[in-house]
Amino acid sequence: MPKIKMPRKSTHIDMTAMCDVAFLLLTFFMLATKFKPMEPVQVVTPASTSTKVIPTGFIQITLDKDGRVFYNVDNLNAKKGIIEEINKNKKLGLTPLEMQSFVSNTAIGVPFSQLKSYLALTPAQQEAYDKTKAAGIPTDTTGNYETNELAYWITTSRYQLLEQGTKARIAIKADGSAKYPDVQKLIATLGNLKIFRFSFITNSKAVPKGTALSEEQAAAKAAGGK
Amino acid sequence: MAEMEVKGGKKGSPRVDLTPMVDLGFLLITFFMFTTTMTKPKAMDIQMPYKDNKTKLTEDEQSKIKESVALTILLSKDHRIYYYEGMGTDPNNPPDVKVTTFQNSGGIRQAIIDKKKKVQSLIAQGALTATDQTTVLIKPDSNCTTKDLIGILDEMTINAIPVYAVVDITPVDQEFIKKTEQANGE
Repeated sequence: MPKIKMPRKSTHIDMTAMCDVAFLLLTFFMLATKFKPMEPVQVVTPASTSTKVIPTGFIQITLDKDGRVFYNVDNLNAKKGIIEEINKNKKLGLTPLEMQSFVSNTAIGVPFSQLKSYLALTPAQQEAYDKTKAAGIPTDTTGNYETNELAYWITTSRYQLLEQGTKARIAIKADGSAKYPDVQKLIATLGNLKIFRFSFITNSKAVPKGTALSEEQAAAKAAGGK
Repeated sequence: MAEMEVKGGKKGSPRVDLTPMVDLGFLLITFFMFTTTMTKPKAMDIQMPYKDNKTKLTEDEQSKIKESVALTILLSKDHRIYYYEGMGTDPNNPPDVKVTTFQNSGGIRQAIIDKKKKVQSLIAQGALTATDQTTVLIKPDSNCTTKDLIGILDEMTINAIPVYAVVDITPVDQEFIKKTEQANGE
């Protein structure tokens, strides 16, 4: 009987295809990734069913769980104008380097009186300061620019944004466990500046089944599909 | 000579071992998968009632709302929600204050849906006109959190409430909360 010769198979597998797939996925993730923007403090936002995308060039007011207020404007050109204006009006005596530090900083959470010493710190030091020591921007329910520094920031920013040709939109990013009186201060500050329409930044959540909104969305989908 | 060595040297296979490259590829994929945020944060627009310090509109506005279309929601500590029908303005006839939470079934959502149905049946009966709409007054007290406020505003969207407003809590309402807490043995 002739011996059956088993063909010897190489243990090598062609990795080319696998490599292709790996790099295809890698490319996808690299392009799809948008890194989380740097935040001065960790804020856990509540969820809502809203599907609106956050507009660019907005004023962001961050409220952390201890009620500290941080302020940022998502427009670098306007930021430059804002700090120059504030430096001039509040006589802070900032150096050009400190002003540059403000422009590249993520968010400000100190009163005007501490702004100069805060901006003199290195970015890493500022980050550490935000986490622990920063007092937040002084805010109250009045529209008085002396005690309510947030109102001063907003007014200056709106003016500067208008010069840049964009209308100021205000987004409040509030921590879910922040107490209501702190939120009320923000709302009252905006109200005193005659801003009654603004946005809360939230996480997304699914629309519950069997409610008016889910029926409405289903109807819109059916109408769109025809 | 070097030239000779190349010519006479072993014929190297043209294949390159791709295993390390694949390893690297997957390592980077893992990294990007973990750092990527697929669910972008969303913006929830809210419109506060126009308020001017010079003109006190709030009282007039409140008196314009009919008692039978109104539902008052009080937000309090521990994510508790107190609610009653009407606006609780009649001191001789205190409303029946109930307490609930944000649970999915039988919570505040059910109360809002029931209220909407009630208003619709009143319109069908002719007790209200077709222009009357369910109105929800949201009164957050000082112990509630942002999560509660966002949650209740979201419920307004979920249940398609046509008219709602966030207003300041009154001492009367605080008294209602206190009484209900006492009645529940606190």
